[in-house]
Amino acid sequence: MSILVIAESNGTEVDRGTLSAITAAKKIGNEINLLILEETEEVINKAQKIKGVSKIFTASGDLEGGLAENIAPLILECAKDASHVFSSAGTFGKNIMPRVSALNDSQQISDICEIVDSDTFVRPIYAGNALETVKSSDKVKFITVRSTAFEAANDEEGNAEIVTGPVAGTNGKSSFVRRDLSESDRPELTAAKIVVSGGRGIGSADNFSILDPLADKLGAAVGASRAAVDAGYVPNDYQVGQTGKVVAPELYIAIGISGAIQHLAGMKDSKTIVAINKDEDAPIFQIADYGLVGDLFEIIPELSDKIK
Amino acid sequence: MKILVPVKRVIDYNVKIRVNSEGTAVEKNNVKMSMNPFDEIAVEEAVRMKESGLAEEVIIASIGDKGSQETIRTAFAMGGDRGIHIVNELNTEPLAVAKILKNIVEKESADLVIMGKQAIDDDSNQTGQMLAALLSWPQATFASKLELNDNDLKVIREIDGGLETLNVKLPCIVTTDLRLNEPRYASLPNIMKAKKKEIIEIPIAETGVDFTSRLEVLKVEEPAARSGGRKVEDVDELIDVLKNEAGVI
Repeated sequence: MSILVIAESNGTEVDRGTLSAITAAKKIGNEINLLILEETEEVINKAQKIKGVSKIFTASGDLEGGLAENIAPLILECAKDASHVFSSAGTFGKNIMPRVSALNDSQQISDICEIVDSDTFVRPIYAGNALETVKSSDKVKFITVRSTAFEAANDEEGNAEIVTGPVAGTNGKSSFVRRDLSESDRPELTAAKIVVSGGRGIGSADNFSILDPLADKLGAAVGASRAAVDAGYVPNDYQVGQTGKVVAPELYIAIGISGAIQHLAGMKDSKTIVAINKDEDAPIFQIADYGLVGDLFEIIPELSDKIK
Repeated sequence: MKILVPVKRVIDYNVKIRVNSEGTAVEKNNVKMSMNPFDEIAVEEAVRMKESGLAEEVIIASIGDKGSQETIRTAFAMGGDRGIHIVNELNTEPLAVAKILKNIVEKESADLVIMGKQAIDDDSNQTGQMLAALLSWPQATFASKLELNDNDLKVIREIDGGLETLNVKLPCIVTTDLRLNEPRYASLPNIMKAKKKEIIEIPIAETGVDFTSRLEVLKVEEPAARSGGRKVEDVDELIDVLKNEAGVI
């Protein structure tokens, strides 16, 4: 038996999420094979060196845009002798894995954060406000992995064998048009090491730019609370919280955010939390490692200025 | 065109959940319940399509306990036309839900299913994609914009780091992301009208679908609580602790 990991890449590097999924797969102990879609020589060379990977399946055919309809059958083809199929729990894995799992009549296990044994996994529910331990009775387990919960696999000593994998067909019902990735020099919210978030205390859409110099200095992503989004300060994709994005950076700075449950659910797994708020009784201070009470319009410029 | 919108009754997103004393589930007794927020967006989108003449009927389906009828009525008050309630007192896993929805889609000859990308209770994010697989329909997940031209649906989807545009042919499955629309508040006359709309009730055992759980829940626990921190005096102290104590900048 083997474990198939679906790899993602940006054309030059294997994604961090994939490397975390490999680390998770190693905990089960079976042979690990990697399926690389949209491969380049550079990615394959790097993937070959990942310690613990036995085989790399390459793919060809209609892979454009990674359409779930075209790729799901191809994954099943590569998973014929697999006990588990893993992917990262990013939007690619979330889109494709349930389709693959249903085609195999298996109940997928989403977003695992711990492996107990080869059948038993821990996963967050209620946006991480509870942890559920589940035991699967399915023959093949289809699993997405929360990348913040597992270290990236080391990529130095491996020597995987390259196997020419199956060919993806064209389904005729869906087609890829284009991808518009944010041009921002800032990191993506869910992948950022540091997140600077603003809440209703920021006061207006115009004021929100007060966070920019700080985010630039720290190389941080910018997020927002639902209250700030609902007030129209920033677009919805900034939202951190139960109905927005769940983040777990090294450092989360909550600015003018009171700390509604819905927001805390999206950021409370951050390693260090800083809260800056003028209301010293704001609930955010109860979970913040460091709180600073005061006027954000004075504190933020000073902070941006003094951080080297 | 007929649109099917499945909706789930979940603990309201503003409620701080508690794990029960046995450590087997999240406590649902005496807790405020409401429609899954992503499903509200799905209902809104379907109703807008009907209002703009693109669809004739919006069918609401829900799988769950008796309370689910209240959630179906909430969808009625937003503009849903009629409802199907599959009664199951226990939790139904996404794969079984997808199988039940497949039967409903086929029986009702729905052309489009719009549903939330995930429920905020189990956070699975699976049912739409599974339903698409079982029906061999195309899927457009995490949609933030829909544009229908005859049988072609142009969908902008939210992906990590940006947006993606797909064209999918009807019939298809769409799952909603937050930016798709802002759901309306139901007006009082519409809430009154919703009381008269029809809901068909079907016990889950009569659906012909194997709804046995594949995942056994061994335990549910609260994550380790964060130890309360402390206040710092000023910006200089904040920078100092972040550098020298936390080591994060």
